[in-house]
Amino acid sequence: MKTLLDTHQLNITLQRLAHQLIENHLDFSASAIIGLQPRGIWFSNRIAQIVKEITSENIPYGKLDITFYRDDVHTGDILVPSHTDINFSIEDRRVILIDDVLHTGRTIRAAMDALIDFGRPRNVELMVLIDRHYSRELPIQPDYVGQTVDTIITQKVKVNWKENDGIDEVVLID
Amino acid sequence: MNFKFSIRMSLSVKHLLGIKELNTQDIETIFRTADNFKQVLQRPIKKVPTLRDTTIADIFFENSTRTRISFELAEKRLSADTINFSSSGSSVSKGETLIDTVNNILAMKVDMVVMRHSASGAPWFLAKHINASIINAGDGTNEHPTHALLDAYSMSEKLGDLKGKRIAIIGDIMHSRVALSNIFCLKKLGAEVTVAGPPTLIPKHIESLGVTVQYDVKKALQWCDVANILRIQLERQHKPLFSTLREYALFYGINKSILEGLQKDILIMHPGPINRGVELNSDVADSKQSIILDQVENGVAIRMAVIYLLSGKADVVE
Repeated sequence: MKTLLDTHQLNITLQRLAHQLIENHLDFSASAIIGLQPRGIWFSNRIAQIVKEITSENIPYGKLDITFYRDDVHTGDILVPSHTDINFSIEDRRVILIDDVLHTGRTIRAAMDALIDFGRPRNVELMVLIDRHYSRELPIQPDYVGQTVDTIITQKVKVNWKENDGIDEVVLID
Repeated sequence: MNFKFSIRMSLSVKHLLGIKELNTQDIETIFRTADNFKQVLQRPIKKVPTLRDTTIADIFFENSTRTRISFELAEKRLSADTINFSSSGSSVSKGETLIDTVNNILAMKVDMVVMRHSASGAPWFLAKHINASIINAGDGTNEHPTHALLDAYSMSEKLGDLKGKRIAIIGDIMHSRVALSNIFCLKKLGAEVTVAGPPTLIPKHIESLGVTVQYDVKKALQWCDVANILRIQLERQHKPLFSTLREYALFYGINKSILEGLQKDILIMHPGPINRGVELNSDVADSKQSIILDQVENGVAIRMAVIYLLSGKADVVE
């Protein structure tokens, strides 16, 4: 097991990503943050909170579950979905999709399909904490990246959050 | 998508034949999944692409309006392809057997069968002989599992955890598959159940299922948090079990003044179709206490959940 980001480094990365988001959006009146269930929401909770602290703007913040949009519904076990909670219209908004680890890109493909069923956003951006380089199976690239790592398929990247796992850190498991 | 952090589903069954065969965990998994589908049904686009690769045959050997529509809508909301079959006007009237009929339909590459049949036990018989997943949409006077699930789901939406809640099932218990499935489901969820109605419509030894029997409907209403009132099924009563409908309505029918006399608000449910003025008066059926239309709405979400959760277990039919 190798530590990719310790608590201190993770905190710096979160601050940087939040600032990059503010730099790009300036005004969040037509933006919305949407975290991906289940693990992405710990990350999106933090980003939404930091952005709010800095700008004191109330950004619409939703959570999206993509279970029903997966392309592997019948290749593995049937999964019980998590809750989707988007209580605002995404119509013509600038949506920032947030997930913790970008790997094959299939989750994001499913997330975009799921998102479009809620309306037509003006544009969609992608923020990930960890981008697993060279492992993409679909042409999907993030707009905001915490850290890029080179991994092989048998390795796992696990992002731990204090609220859920007791500690803030990112580890690579062989 | 190498990571599957969602909780893995494991319904303990391959088919939904009866509530009797489910465990409490199964029921809770179905409810949790139904929550999500209920939310899907409130979106501008009320469907998901999940079952694009699945074909479902709705085979109804007995009349049905709402169950059939509810299943069909649930299947369409999941993007499954559907085939509808009813026994009238089919080769069943030429004497084809159940297995032949179903195997012929399955030969056209169908993944799942939703079946209603007038013979109790028919889905169990079918499950022994075919590979596809089977959902029982009502068999004779035995079980109607999706109905019991939607009833319990609708109750828990209003009351929270059903543990210790008091449910009265009132009316034609003898001929009701809704009653039997409800009893199994509610007991598994920890609720207390009383059945009430005329002695001729309550089966002997029903206490062995862990329910109490009450012949005085007013006392049952006084006791309960929820009254699930059943339809008098005249089509199944081959000998007279009470003298007239008017007499039934007088002694066992529920009207506004009875409810007002209770000095508490109980929930009123009915599986439909209602015999208005017999088991239930319009002033009750259309009142604020009635959650009959919630039951219908939840029926689609519950059936979507059941179909989705069973869809992974279908063996490929060659």
